[in-house]
Amino acid sequence: MELLKRREAWNITYTHALGETASWFYVQIRDHAKIYGRRCGKTGRVLVPPRAFSDQTLEPTTDWVEVGPGGRIETFTIVYEEFQNLPPPPYAFGYVMLDGGDTAIGGFFRGVDLSDPAKAAERLKVGTRVTTKFADDRKGDMLDFWFECA
Amino acid sequence: MSTPRVGIIAIGQSAFKARRDDASYPDLVREAVNQALTGAQLELDDIEAIVYSLSPDAMVGIGNAERLGVDAVGGRNKRFLRINTGGATGISSVAAAYYHVAAGACDVVMTAGADKVGECGDSQTVLNKIWDPTYERPLPLGTITMLAMSGIRYADKYGMSQEDMARVVVKNRKHASLNPNAHLRKEVTVDEVMASRCISWPIKLMDCCPQSSGGGAMVLASERYIKQNRLDAVWITGVGHCSETYYLGDRMGQRLTADHADAYALRNSFARAYKMAGITDPRKQVDVAELYAPFSNTEYHSIEAAGLADLGGAVAGVNEGRFSIGGDIPVNPSGGVLCTNAIAVTAMIRVAEIALQVSGRAGAHQVKGAKLGIASGNGGDHQFFGTMVVEA
Repeated sequence: MELLKRREAWNITYTHALGETASWFYVQIRDHAKIYGRRCGKTGRVLVPPRAFSDQTLEPTTDWVEVGPGGRIETFTIVYEEFQNLPPPPYAFGYVMLDGGDTAIGGFFRGVDLSDPAKAAERLKVGTRVTTKFADDRKGDMLDFWFECA
Repeated sequence: MSTPRVGIIAIGQSAFKARRDDASYPDLVREAVNQALTGAQLELDDIEAIVYSLSPDAMVGIGNAERLGVDAVGGRNKRFLRINTGGATGISSVAAAYYHVAAGACDVVMTAGADKVGECGDSQTVLNKIWDPTYERPLPLGTITMLAMSGIRYADKYGMSQEDMARVVVKNRKHASLNPNAHLRKEVTVDEVMASRCISWPIKLMDCCPQSSGGGAMVLASERYIKQNRLDAVWITGVGHCSETYYLGDRMGQRLTADHADAYALRNSFARAYKMAGITDPRKQVDVAELYAPFSNTEYHSIEAAGLADLGGAVAGVNEGRFSIGGDIPVNPSGGVLCTNAIAVTAMIRVAEIALQVSGRAGAHQVKGAKLGIASGNGGDHQFFGTMVVEA
């Protein structure tokens, strides 16, 4: 028998409040091109990106700590497949532990030739030193900065 | 104190496929429910409560689709709960059904659900929305990239190669070829996996699970009810859960609390289930395992978290055939999640398949003599884990 289908698209808009901690973090990125973490008063662990409280102790974090711009790649992936509403491939992104921080923050890796996946993966392997680069025109967003091999 | 046991008395599952254009979403739920009720010769009125297994709404494209599914499970005038723990949803639903019975609230409880992942053209876009809008959403995170990053760390820590990943695919596809309900049933070679296109390094197309459509249902009952009605049953003797914190970036770095390479919380979940079931040496006591692993690399850390190999030791075990049908402890004899993934019921099917194995009714993919099996489910950004021990 003839089987019918119906096509639908969801297009839903939200305006998310980022809260005090993330707002201060993004203002420093936007206005000063600096990245900060928050220290857990109980363990001394510096959480990057900054959080208002520690997920280990549930204690409020106590102070701001500037981190980076240098860091070390903790993990990465290189995407070669196109996904709707995600960036056009290829692109490399992953997590970097910035100097002075204890946890890793996500970001794109740029300046690496991605045409040969195996060669690019070798260039981005765990432990590789990177430095943070900032866009000239910053909006206060995660995409204002990225990482390049040091 | 010996607690009364909870048994599995009925199972229904679809023959999973890429699409089911012959069936609407509730039709698919109804298909699995019908199979379970028919198999156990139960009437709808025998069921006292429903646990509805449904992961993110956006995957089926129906907000709170349990509203639509309520009729397909015969939910009218019954207790009803919807469960969602992402990929772990199915095993969390079996656990919730278990607790209804173990608590003495009900004698007979059904859990059921379905998914039509193939109808969602943008499943990685939906899954990108599980990350927070504050810090992580601007990045193109999805379940593939998140677990590719686990694979990178696992390979760095233990030396897994891409050929090692491919051997998991070869094993599971071979198993799936024996399972008429599996979605991807064509056998493949290491060379074919290696030649498939790179999706998210180091994951290639054939290292990925498919997007499946189909339903699942299970009926659980109290030991008293099973004995009174002289029913066939297998027994859930261990139930565990464990969760991990939210941020991926906290599972790496110099003061990591758990390594994203491994499945730390899954290991703790298994420890809880094993303790409850009295399992002290899983390598000797477990006959068969259905472990939630949607990408080839994640089967390795799951085998280790289940205590079936040392950390980093699962690779050698797969290469030696220890985890194949005919080996020491077959892992994913159904073909596993790698060959079938209808997300809302995937982790339920892990338990259902183990129930079939220990009751000797798994058919061509039966593990000979299996009496004790384990199942697991993983959900969120590698975050919510559920585990079970099922015995004949």
